[in-house]
Amino acid sequence: MLALPPDYSLVAMEVVRALIRRKARNLRLLGVPILGLSADLLIGAGCVAEVETSAVSLGEAGLAPRFTDAVEKNSLLVRDATCPAIHCALQAAEKGVPFMPLAGISGSDLVKEREDWKAQGDVVLVPAIRPDIALFHARWADEAGNVWVGRRRELATAAHASRLNFVSFEEKKPGDMLDDEILAPGVISSIYVSGLAHAPRGAWPLGMPGLYGADDMHVSQYAKAARTHEGFLKYLDEWILTPRKSSSPA
Amino acid sequence: MDSYAPEELLACVIAGLLAGARHAAVGASSPIPASGCFLRKNLDPAFRISLQQRRESNPFTEGSRELFDLAGQGRIDVFFLGGAQIDGGGAINLVRAEGKRFPGSFGSAYMYGVVPRTILFREEHSRRTLVPQVEFASARGTPAALLTGKALFLWQKETRRFRLESFHPGSTLEEIRDLTGFAFDAAARVPQTAGPEAAQLAILRGVVRSTITDIYPDFGRRVWPAASPRTDEA
Repeated sequence: MLALPPDYSLVAMEVVRALIRRKARNLRLLGVPILGLSADLLIGAGCVAEVETSAVSLGEAGLAPRFTDAVEKNSLLVRDATCPAIHCALQAAEKGVPFMPLAGISGSDLVKEREDWKAQGDVVLVPAIRPDIALFHARWADEAGNVWVGRRRELATAAHASRLNFVSFEEKKPGDMLDDEILAPGVISSIYVSGLAHAPRGAWPLGMPGLYGADDMHVSQYAKAARTHEGFLKYLDEWILTPRKSSSPA
Repeated sequence: MDSYAPEELLACVIAGLLAGARHAAVGASSPIPASGCFLRKNLDPAFRISLQQRRESNPFTEGSRELFDLAGQGRIDVFFLGGAQIDGGGAINLVRAEGKRFPGSFGSAYMYGVVPRTILFREEHSRRTLVPQVEFASARGTPAALLTGKALFLWQKETRRFRLESFHPGSTLEEIRDLTGFAFDAAARVPQTAGPEAAQLAILRGVVRSTITDIYPDFGRRVWPAASPRTDEA
């Protein structure tokens, strides 16, 4: 199982494109707690067998077209969840306990559908999720192997819960960020980091807050193109499979 | 009365529904509820708005779970939910209907259960969206109101039914009956929704427009194109 963040939370898009070029197959994706462009691309490119997520959406650009098409054609298995259940499941894994109780959701049909969730009165016990790999993008990596994700603490939870973590990053920092009182609270320690790759503008067309914004025009062009399978293949060819054009235009 | 965009009317109705609230959270892709919240904040500066998906100046430092933790403690008193389907019992469906797949339940299953004042909002008012019973209940709860592009319904706790409060200018009671798939109550004479006041429009077209356009650029440019009257002309 591969844990991926939502579009607003530091997605390692360059690595996602590399997975498509390498023809990854049978991935099981976990949305932490939802998914967006990265999942839609992977699904459209045939890399994904199953997703567990609270939603797949392109935000202001609308429905995720390849996800929608795959589910409607029964070619993708979806385990529907709700955001706090996924957060709880990852928190259970990071604490090493088998489940976490969650109140408030007992009215939802999700509870009926999810046989692994156990209702106990008004509380639902959500089993721990321990992803094989979490993949995300960081602002900095340092010489000690730590990465900085700032306020995007769901990435820290995902990293603590996952067996392996692969992180792409914008810039290398000299020294050890844990020695810096200002930077340390936004750091994920090297204890959790399994592999690093330098990928400047590696979140494009999504954003890296404080460095560059999301390329909303590109995402909405994608949303239009990917409405049909043919349009999606054309997009793949133009932006992902042809190496010269595959990186960010800026 | 000045002319106004339908989105401006809806934002004003939402601002009215927020009376007395201390803290509203706004979820993914909700520019009209967000506009209503910022309009409210202009009248009540102590009113707090937490926008879950704001890229810059996001209110949370513990990741996206912090919104749910805040709500679970009772620190959020208003939330907005929509749905591909909304039924007469207040249940919402964000997952699937009539063979179509929708994005998914997001945090609705939880927020509906823990936030005391949930406002259901869906611009499309049709028998397709307002149904007797949802095909899948992403979330069930006790709503405060249901606002659509054509009408405002308030929830009656005792009977667990909606009551038509008003229909928006341009619609009629007959049209609302025709386009609503669930049974609802109504007074003998249902009034028209009051249009925005000039002062509200001035706030919307000034500070709210600039805040919203930063967060929802497509929406901002569509509702308030550069040529539309600005605050000083309203």
